[in-house]
Amino acid sequence: MSLSVFMFYMLSGIILTFSVLSITTRRILRAAVYLLIVLIATSGFYFLLNYEFMAAVQLTLYAGGIVVLIIFSILLTHHISHRFNRPNLVNLLMGIGVAVIGSGLVLTTLLTHPFMANNAPVLSVDMTAIGNQLLSTDKNGYVLPFELISILLLASMIAAIIVAKKDKNKNSEI
Amino acid sequence: MIEGIAIEHFLVVSTLMFFTGICGFIIRRNLITMLMSVELILNSVNINFLVFNRYLYPDQLQGHFFSLFIVGIAAAEASVAIALIINIYRNLQNIDVENVSEMKY
Amino acid sequence: MAGFTYTVFIVLIPLVVFLITGLLGMKWKPIVSGIIGTVGLGISFLLSLITAYKYFIGMGHGAEGFQSIIPIEFTWLRFTESLYINMGVLLDPISVMMLVVVTTVSFMVHIYSLGYMKGESGFARFYAFLSLFTFSMLGLVIATNIFQMYIFWELVGVSSFLLIGFYYQKPSAVAASKKAFIVTRFADLGFLIGILILSYVTGTFDFGKLTQPGTAIFGSAATMSFMGISALTWAMTLIFIGGAGKSAMFPLHIWLPDAMEGPTPVSALIHAATMVVAGVFLVARMFPVIHFQAPETQEIIAYVGGFTSLFAAVIAITQYDIKRVLAFSTLSQIGYMMLALGVSGYGGEEGLGYMASMFHLFTHAMFKALLFLGAGSIIHAVHSNYMYDMGGLRKYMPITHITFLIACLTISGVPPLAGFFSKDEILVAALHHNKLLFAVEFIVAGLTAFYMFRLYFNVFWGKDRHYEHTPHESPLTMSIPLMFLAVASIFAGFLPFHHLVTSDMMGFDSEMNYAVAIPSVLIGLFGIAMAWILYKKESVIPEKLALKWGILYTATYNKFYFDEIYLFVTKKIIFNYISRPVAWFDRHVIDGFMVGIGMTTEKVSYRIKGMQSGQLQHYAFMFVAGTLALTLSMLYFLK
Repeated sequence: MSLSVFMFYMLSGIILTFSVLSITTRRILRAAVYLLIVLIATSGFYFLLNYEFMAAVQLTLYAGGIVVLIIFSILLTHHISHRFNRPNLVNLLMGIGVAVIGSGLVLTTLLTHPFMANNAPVLSVDMTAIGNQLLSTDKNGYVLPFELISILLLASMIAAIIVAKKDKNKNSEI
Repeated sequence: MIEGIAIEHFLVVSTLMFFTGICGFIIRRNLITMLMSVELILNSVNINFLVFNRYLYPDQLQGHFFSLFIVGIAAAEASVAIALIINIYRNLQNIDVENVSEMKY
Repeated sequence: MAGFTYTVFIVLIPLVVFLITGLLGMKWKPIVSGIIGTVGLGISFLLSLITAYKYFIGMGHGAEGFQSIIPIEFTWLRFTESLYINMGVLLDPISVMMLVVVTTVSFMVHIYSLGYMKGESGFARFYAFLSLFTFSMLGLVIATNIFQMYIFWELVGVSSFLLIGFYYQKPSAVAASKKAFIVTRFADLGFLIGILILSYVTGTFDFGKLTQPGTAIFGSAATMSFMGISALTWAMTLIFIGGAGKSAMFPLHIWLPDAMEGPTPVSALIHAATMVVAGVFLVARMFPVIHFQAPETQEIIAYVGGFTSLFAAVIAITQYDIKRVLAFSTLSQIGYMMLALGVSGYGGEEGLGYMASMFHLFTHAMFKALLFLGAGSIIHAVHSNYMYDMGGLRKYMPITHITFLIACLTISGVPPLAGFFSKDEILVAALHHNKLLFAVEFIVAGLTAFYMFRLYFNVFWGKDRHYEHTPHESPLTMSIPLMFLAVASIFAGFLPFHHLVTSDMMGFDSEMNYAVAIPSVLIGLFGIAMAWILYKKESVIPEKLALKWGILYTATYNKFYFDEIYLFVTKKIIFNYISRPVAWFDRHVIDGFMVGIGMTTEKVSYRIKGMQSGQLQHYAFMFVAGTLALTLSMLYFLK
């Protein structure tokens, strides 16, 4: 077994175990940490697929940004040692039912479909190529989505600030 | 194209992660844990895109850019969600999703 | 042909007057509507006189008799190549004659109403309805095809309904107008079915094609029969039923006495001179078809007419309401006209009955309108309809007295007034055809004289009563029409009808048949004499006779209880056994079904509104489950 195959199985094992743990644990900070591990393993996947830029983005933004944000909000809204109640039965049944049926359906479709691997020459994905294509205006260029996402990020920043702002006149806890 | 790993393996992983996320979204009662399940879902979709890009279209970068934008949008969405959660906490003193049922008939 | 296109205005002017007075009548003083109506009708009247002059005298009849002229005709509705409905104007002897009759009487009634209806609250409405009625009646008489006639027939029914129910706040008037409309509508059902059968069998609605002598369109009909009676006889009998409804033949006569609830000018116009003769006119129009293709129907017409005239005359003897006496008199006279048509042949001398019927129609219109208008004048003065409230009026109302007397003499058949000539011709025609009917009509002539003069003597002679406020003669607007109609009644008898209006549109010569004329005059004078003895001075003989006849008197007084029979049948039988179940079905099953749908929807929505729980997770679950279900179905079930 080559190293990449071994890495693949280990990483996928980590991902699956910790994602299940993340949704079933009863302590919230542990759920956040499990999520963090899942994200790091995912970026490991990206490294395996030779998309280093993507892996770096994943680590920076997801693991380093979003999870930190989540942990901050947990600290702001909870006692850390607060334990959850068990989920009620109806929701449990609904969730598991949907998950099982859905995954069964998708997996059967997937595994019966003949994917034809393409033997075209592999493009080397280095920063120059990515940068050029991101900002070019020709057929494969992505400058328009780039501009739009910058506006979106601006808007979400402003929204987040306004929604979470403390009301000056009211007395509040936080 | 990675020697020895067929595309289906990757896709199985991402499918299971996707449905785990959905299950978590439906099961959990805390708003923040629901947000975490949503992040799981988005990540699984990201893996899917990149795998397809690598295996089926190795000479193009469309899947790659798609994933990039998805990550960007996930970040924006998570920040707005957190702001909302903080606001709800301020008004209701807890963030149980069953209390947020204003759209009830 | 070309010179007669103006005749369409005779019909359209009343329509325009109706629209103007109907829509704008509230905006100006009532008298203006009256003047507009009267002037409009006056123009129509002059135009019809001109038309009559031009048609009968100007054109004359050539070797083949008078021609039917169609100045205007256009296709109104075209369903297929062979099925279409035209509208147009047809001028032939009977329609020109009817134009004169309708416009004359209508014009007189318009002038009369200026005085009679003065001060009534619905004055403008009255003139609007009068014009609507005149328009409908004129449209009926100039119809070129039977469907156009049917359309105007229904319009006449509607206008009559509006006019009878004019005093809509009186429940009895409303009931009377409903009764008239329903009875005539019921008869019109037969009319419509008859039209449909006829047009199916012959392929046309047009009068010209249907009545052409020797026409071949009936060829296919000769072999069709249903229950042993030929299709054409069914068609003609059904059409006659329609005519019988409008003309109040037995047993559809019940509406005419009640229709006296309308104002008196209405009774004069509609129920004496124009609408009730529509049935006679219809039979006359279809006469060649009836005579040649359906002779059984002709027999039925004759007997129905004869029976009705006897029946009505007997009832008229005992009535006290003067308008009711006149109503039954109308029934009786129309019976005469129907009978004359029923016994007539076709062509030349044979067609005497036809000519006599039309002649009597003409003269009857004049004197019956005069009688009704005179009655209106009396009622206006005395404020009561009943004979026992009147008496000795000859001193107070000379003009009404003289004109009324002239009319009574005319209807009794006293020469040389008009009624003598027309009634005489009918008797001659009946004698040639059917001795029984002749005998019936002979007796009815005597009865007619008797009850008319009973009416006359009770009103104008009899006991000198003391009136609360002395009755005065009517104003000039009411007296002038009376005088005009009196003159017409005197001189109309001299018109040479046998040259003008005959069954085959050629004239024939006829002379006085003294064998019939003298006995008929004698029996008329006998009737007058009986009435003189009983009623001229106050006497107790009438009451004694009434007691002696006992049951027969009561039955006659109550109109042989026909109204009660009809009411019983409709209320107890039809309402209870047919209408109530149908109403129950409508209310509970059909409405219940609709209400049930509504309530089911409400209950179901109440149950499923729990799905909008407000819980985010439920929504997410529904979303995912729905997507999965769709995918499943797309992949596996919709291959």
